[in-house]
Amino acid sequence: MEHKNWNGFKTGTWQDEINVRDFIQTNYKEYTGDSDFLADATSRTKKLMDRVQELFAMERKNGGVLDVDTVTVSSLKSYAPGYIDKENEIIVGMQTDSPLKRGVNPFGGMRMVRQACEAYGYSLDPSIEEEFRFRTTHNDGVFRAYTEEMRKARSSHVITGLPDAYGRGRIIGDYRRIALYGIDRLIEEKKKDKKALANNDFNTDSIRLDEELFQQITFLGYLKEMAMMYGFDISEPAKDAREAIQWTYFGYLASIKEQNGAAMSLGRVSTFFDIYIERDIENGILTEEGAQELMDDFVMKLRIARHLRTPEYNELFGGDPMWITEAVGGMGEDGRTLVTKNSFRMLNTLYTLGSSPEPNLTVLWSTKLPENFKKFCAKVSTDTDSIQYENDDVMRPIYGDDYAIACCVSAMKVGKQMQFFGARCNLAKLLLIAINGGYDTTSGIHIGPQMPVMDVDKLDYPAVMERYEVYIKWLSKLYVNTMNIIHYMHDKYAYEKTQMALHDTDVERFMAFGIAGLSVVADSLSAIKYANVRPIKNENGFIVDFETVGDFPKFGNDDDRVDLIAKDMTHKVITELRKTPTYRNAIHTLSVLTITSNVMYGKNTGATPDGREAFAPFAPGANPMHNREENGALASLNSITKISYDDCRDGISNTFSITPDALGRTEDDRISNLVSILDGYFAKKAHHINVNVLNRETLMDAYENPEAYPNLTIRVSGYAVNFNKLSREQQREVISRTFHEAI
Amino acid sequence: MSNQIKGYINSIQSLGALDGPGIRFAVFLQGCNLRCGCCHNPDTWDLKGGTEYTPLEIVQKAERFREYFGKEGGITFSGGEPLLQADFVREVFSFCKEKGINTCLDTSGSILNDKVKKLLSVTDRVLLDIKYTDEQSYKDYVGCSLEGVLNFLDYLDQNKIPVTLRQVIIPTLNDNEDNILRLKDIAESHKCVDKIELLPFKKICQVKYDKMGIPLPFAHLPEPKRDKIKILEEILYN
Repeated sequence: MEHKNWNGFKTGTWQDEINVRDFIQTNYKEYTGDSDFLADATSRTKKLMDRVQELFAMERKNGGVLDVDTVTVSSLKSYAPGYIDKENEIIVGMQTDSPLKRGVNPFGGMRMVRQACEAYGYSLDPSIEEEFRFRTTHNDGVFRAYTEEMRKARSSHVITGLPDAYGRGRIIGDYRRIALYGIDRLIEEKKKDKKALANNDFNTDSIRLDEELFQQITFLGYLKEMAMMYGFDISEPAKDAREAIQWTYFGYLASIKEQNGAAMSLGRVSTFFDIYIERDIENGILTEEGAQELMDDFVMKLRIARHLRTPEYNELFGGDPMWITEAVGGMGEDGRTLVTKNSFRMLNTLYTLGSSPEPNLTVLWSTKLPENFKKFCAKVSTDTDSIQYENDDVMRPIYGDDYAIACCVSAMKVGKQMQFFGARCNLAKLLLIAINGGYDTTSGIHIGPQMPVMDVDKLDYPAVMERYEVYIKWLSKLYVNTMNIIHYMHDKYAYEKTQMALHDTDVERFMAFGIAGLSVVADSLSAIKYANVRPIKNENGFIVDFETVGDFPKFGNDDDRVDLIAKDMTHKVITELRKTPTYRNAIHTLSVLTITSNVMYGKNTGATPDGREAFAPFAPGANPMHNREENGALASLNSITKISYDDCRDGISNTFSITPDALGRTEDDRISNLVSILDGYFAKKAHHINVNVLNRETLMDAYENPEAYPNLTIRVSGYAVNFNKLSREQQREVISRTFHEAI
Repeated sequence: MSNQIKGYINSIQSLGALDGPGIRFAVFLQGCNLRCGCCHNPDTWDLKGGTEYTPLEIVQKAERFREYFGKEGGITFSGGEPLLQADFVREVFSFCKEKGINTCLDTSGSILNDKVKKLLSVTDRVLLDIKYTDEQSYKDYVGCSLEGVLNFLDYLDQNKIPVTLRQVIIPTLNDNEDNILRLKDIAESHKCVDKIELLPFKKICQVKYDKMGIPLPFAHLPEPKRDKIKILEEILYN
């Protein structure tokens, strides 16, 4: 197949089938040079960004939400076009009719929308209440099917944050397809797929797919109409870089109008765009300045994307994040790097527009990345604390070279794989429930197998482990079945029509489970094994505290005695999870990631044998507990590298903070030392790291004087936040984390 | 095996980013023959304090971090004064050389005997702490002679061992142009010196002194102003 807008591109199978990867591989130009070619922001960009900053300031002043449209149900065509400054925008499109105005999206659940409106002083229009009285939301469906035990697991918080009342998210549409093929071709291909179903027997699976394809085709049509409202006909392939970025953005925009999923990630677009930019530069119709301007305008749009959330949601996922995750860099399967000039331009937006938590820039690190790119990344990290790193050398063999990251650490092949998001279970609480024979002392709920409280003066490691395993088995089965209900209902009542239209019809699914409190559990079990832990009972005979005498190895010190306990724990959990079949034959995966919910998980968990006090925060993700690291930063990193990605295919998150002084004396030293740290960490097969190079004092000052730090960005757990948008409690926890300092 | 030698170790820092080129596995030894007024590790003075390690134990620990070393990094022994445990350090460095780990010694250069010479034969770089550039200051504030340190430097020069000269800049004592020019002279007359670092005197170690119940000798002196080091560096490099 040929198209005039493809002139200048090298031919390949991408023309005859939907295959963006093949287009990239045949057409991209790797770049191994340095950052000297980059252009600064133009005066147009600066002016527009100033306006955006004003809007951000107004939003802050207004308590975090600038405005809510309580009358319209968010969808692709429901709002009139919106602009920041129509005449000066080169990439257009807005979620509602005005920047930072949030829409309501009740398909996930009505209650959440109602509460969110009320939390910010609005009330949902009665017409929407009325309309949805006759509709079943995802939330309605789930609670019709939940068993009593599932409800108990939820209310005792042994499993928390489940997407049973809000959009599940973590699905990445291959938005690039719109730019490369145009909507008409995509509709045509989906129609072919639908037609082909006629040859099958019709059963639950094929009937569901048949209806889904109908919805996908319908929404591709809506997407075209939505773009038309902005004056763009996206039927045909994009003819230049500006159109390629605009078409792609329309796809993303349609998705966030349709869905308010927890994480609405972007994918891997930078190098794709580079091909169009290079073609335009070669044709003399674009300059370097112009290319940066296009990226700046695109990124500005991403920075003003918003969803309306409830305060409870913010407790789990602090800082108003969207997880507009963009994967940058990485290596190709043929050994060439996928770094292009546009990978640099994407990171450069942190300078041209200033540091920012969104988009969630994620560098796919390989020890084989070009040195110049490594150094530029390290420089951006030390200057902005806005990027995270994930191990391409570990993921590429599994996902190939056209995967992206959903949310924080969830890898998937773009347009070919998706996941059913599943929050996480609280392993530390589960340990306490096990010791108490099926009673949760914090919620007062009896749950799980019922047996006597462990009646001993000193906890015995084999006895505790034997019992713990019984409860892990029980919880794993319950967890899978709960997830099966959630995702059955989400597919039924809040199916992601736009995003799934931008996937292959035959898609591979993951079911992503998670654990919180891994380092608390590892240290607690280590204490039981290597020190003396005496349980302390309350007046009702339940264990509510521990007296731990003697020293014990602690996670974060490169000590195998405890590190392997953590590793084994993840292996045990995923092994148990795999024993229960999943909805739509999804592949079981596991993450060690908490977002900011480590504070909330801690709040719902009693004292633990490691010496952690009742209700104190956990460490985030796979991090060692704060300030238990005694052998310096690399020993702490080494402990985390021991957790196997084979067990935790949904990611192992580590947040690392170091003071500039501890990283090196000069800027050059700091950059090259950070590169060495990343190379070493990833050579040891670690999966993820958030890097912050800053002083604790800066955060303490920002805590006291927020107005002096309007744009202070910090990586927290798989994503970055504007420090001021965290709750006071979350801020205190972030300040209390380990900062690796010079001695 | 000479693995019988034990080292007395104060602490180990897995991420040493300030103790030689690149990322260093930094080992701080017990024992010091000097009593510098600006010392920031008073807890290392006692030779028999700390934890005992065999050379092999140290090497095995260091090896766990070799992926981080890159082209430049490696192991650094500091202290205390590592020359006081020259046999132990030599043993560790010999193992390191076998395994291709770069070796670095952070020392005052106040001892030069056969044991030290043997150690230097397996040392890839010396971070030489020149405290002052005049005999009187050495006599008043250090407790050894400048001449001895310069002999040590001569020896390094003869044996072509790369050297980073370091000096802690202490207001009123050595933060003046004359001192910097003399330092420059010393560097220029020794080809082995390929880098000079001026480090600001810091009083963050006060807590250690408080804990030990002894006074920080230079407590009365201020930390250098932020741009002072820059001004001195300009003199040094122009």
